[in-house]
Amino acid sequence: MDKVSTTSQPKRNFFSIFYEELSKSSITIIILSIISGFIMGGILVIVSSPEVYKAFGSSLGEGLSTSWKIVSNTYSSLFLGAFGDPAKIMTAIESGEKKKILDALGPFFESLVVSTPYLFTGVAVALGFRAGVFNIGAEGQLQVGSIAAAWAGWTFSGLSPWIHVPLALLCGAIAGGLWGFIPGWLKVKTGAHEVITTIMMNYIGYYLIYYLVAAPFRDPKEVVPKTPWILDSAHLYRFFPEPIRFHLGFFVAILVAVVVWILLFKTTWGYEIRSVGLNMSASKYAGMNITVITVAAMALSGAIAGLGGASEIMGVYWRQSQALSSGYGFDSIALALLAQNHPLGVILTALLFGFLRNGSKVMQLRAGIPIYIINILQAFIILFLAAPAIIRTIYRLKQPSIKEAAIASTSLSEKK
Amino acid sequence: MEKTKVSQESTVRRGEISLTRQRIIGGLFILAAIFVYFVLAKPTAIDTKTTFGTNINDRAIQIPDWVFNSKISLEIIAGLCLGLGVFQITRGFRKITNTVIAGVGVLLVLGFLIWGAAGSSISITGMLALMVVRSVPITIGAISGLISERAGITNIAIEGMMVASALTSAMAGSIFGLWWGVVAALLTGGALAMVHGWLSIKYKVDQIISGTMINIFATGITSYIYIKFLQVSKLNQPGFFKPYQIPLLYKIPIIGPIFFDHNLYVYVMYLLVIVLTIALYKTKWGLRHRAVGEHPKAADTLGINVFKMRYFACLLCGMIAGFAGSYFSLGSVGRFEQTMTAGRGFIALAAMIFGNWTPVGSLGAGMLFGFAESLTTKLSLLQFPIPAELLLMLPYIITIVVLAGVVGRSRGPAAAGTPYEKESL
Repeated sequence: MDKVSTTSQPKRNFFSIFYEELSKSSITIIILSIISGFIMGGILVIVSSPEVYKAFGSSLGEGLSTSWKIVSNTYSSLFLGAFGDPAKIMTAIESGEKKKILDALGPFFESLVVSTPYLFTGVAVALGFRAGVFNIGAEGQLQVGSIAAAWAGWTFSGLSPWIHVPLALLCGAIAGGLWGFIPGWLKVKTGAHEVITTIMMNYIGYYLIYYLVAAPFRDPKEVVPKTPWILDSAHLYRFFPEPIRFHLGFFVAILVAVVVWILLFKTTWGYEIRSVGLNMSASKYAGMNITVITVAAMALSGAIAGLGGASEIMGVYWRQSQALSSGYGFDSIALALLAQNHPLGVILTALLFGFLRNGSKVMQLRAGIPIYIINILQAFIILFLAAPAIIRTIYRLKQPSIKEAAIASTSLSEKK
Repeated sequence: MEKTKVSQESTVRRGEISLTRQRIIGGLFILAAIFVYFVLAKPTAIDTKTTFGTNINDRAIQIPDWVFNSKISLEIIAGLCLGLGVFQITRGFRKITNTVIAGVGVLLVLGFLIWGAAGSSISITGMLALMVVRSVPITIGAISGLISERAGITNIAIEGMMVASALTSAMAGSIFGLWWGVVAALLTGGALAMVHGWLSIKYKVDQIISGTMINIFATGITSYIYIKFLQVSKLNQPGFFKPYQIPLLYKIPIIGPIFFDHNLYVYVMYLLVIVLTIALYKTKWGLRHRAVGEHPKAADTLGINVFKMRYFACLLCGMIAGFAGSYFSLGSVGRFEQTMTAGRGFIALAAMIFGNWTPVGSLGAGMLFGFAESLTTKLSLLQFPIPAELLLMLPYIITIVVLAGVVGRSRGPAAAGTPYEKESL
């Protein structure tokens, strides 16, 4: 079909070829999904602002200009919150003072800090998807990982940081891994669907931490339930002086993403994981041990999310309190899908989400738009990614030559 | 390894369980007996009395409270568990094993209650009445889920539909009145479900992903609107439906206060179970509905419009889920709060599976989860020796245990989760 069309059109200039290639590429779909998500968010902001209705009441032009003002204010505050004020950064660089530069770059580094747990949970969810399991439990795995790391952080005293830091990270990974292992094991042994069990594990983890922080792990000196501070030897190294919290965990996360990429794409075991994820029956027929692979993938996925929790405690908070609904676990589903479940792609999308999340705080302060707009953006991004046909229809793109592979196949009932 | 397992399973006749499983279950019963005897009965003093209160209001006919000796009753429970365990190991209950498991579960809970209330009293009627109330969103949610799955659409977005409908019903209820709140909830749930249907039927999107998308969207939009408009506002004061006693029935002692002294939602729940059971199993529509979920191709061959049936199932599912969502704001607290559904939509899915995809089963499973919740509430009031935070885990743990198949493997509608592709000429 393609060949016929190329021969029948002897003169095809560079742009038409470029356009055709571009519209077939999945990168285009990803970028257009993100843009469309932002457009939908903008529409929501306009619709939910009473000022706009008032302005439209007086005249059409005024209505449009007010809408534009509100949307641009929202997104510019999002940008300022995520990257810092460009003007301020320029003057700081001109002045040449180190402290001023760091101060101006503060939001940027904070965005990196916020991206760090996304890196972990994103890789965790992507790994799960690759193995054909839908890990919605990254949230709970992250949280049990953080409490385990906090416990290791204040319990083992007198260790050198070279031992204490890996030990605490390991504790976090083990706890998270256990939280992932249980649903994986139940799925294989009893057919209990991991979507529901992981969500239940989230709640169980939540109440477990609530209990641990309220009673056995509580610092008796505090009025509000909190754990003791972790020891200095368990702190993840921070690169800059105080207000900037940018810490070593970010690079640990990058390392984990690279390791998972090598594991998935360069080793036999990774090949088996991907094979099970693509076609379980065929893999079984080929002699792979589905049970071990599924459970191990789920446990590994949990362990990575647990590491994320450990890095949060050891690099950012240094202690655990009860209020923990972070939302990282749910966000990471959108993030992993956006990265097409590729560990290296997750690095990019985690940064995107981290900058969005950090920027949204400033947006809430300056523009009065609740941070939850980010969730709505995510929902739309998932929508457009899951149904690329919608994007293709809106932007009149060409159909790809190969049928797009389904992202994951799942069902609540057991299939025979 | 794999082969022997398969052959072992195939020799076991339908409705029976393998020998290993039989012995494991028997062992668990004996463990329960040991636990009740040594942990609960041993430390209880000989002449303590437990009182089970039976009257929660003066509307029903009054009957005296049940008072009995704590230690002796605990020992009887331990003896019963032991006997059942020994019988299970030696002979096996075979076909009624699941019922016996449930029975031992009830005995265990009863043991806990007697032990917890030793020397004091606990209102057993109040607890069961609370069970019925708490089961409402779970049962109705499970029914909504089964309507969808029976037609071949897996819907994990019940949580999202519930939370969105809870919000819209609170807003519409505050502006136009309670009944309009219910209408708004039905419309919201229906609309979200139609989006799910549109994505999964037309675009053949993976239904779990589409459901997750709706969940994230619903959480986001409700929190957004709540923070922006509802925190201190007249838009969030809808009030709630008042309880209504069903004439005559409410006077029956114990039964009356438990089942017939509630508000609209409980009665609609009963009605839904009855109507949908008849509709699914005794009508032409029900047969078609189930056919579309089991074998869409066969249904299509017989001239049933698969897509139309599935869209309708989605709409119905959404409206029922929406109604369940409005329970949170209009049926219990009378306002909307951000995290008020607390995973009930997912528990409802577990109840649906536990109830074997039938309305009556869903009601039973919903009651079980409702009981777990009411137990949690009541025990935390009782100065119980287990911390409240740990008790709060109970419904979620039960969900996992139920899903993990204490009841054995369950099988849902064959075509659930797979989009139907009509063959083109």
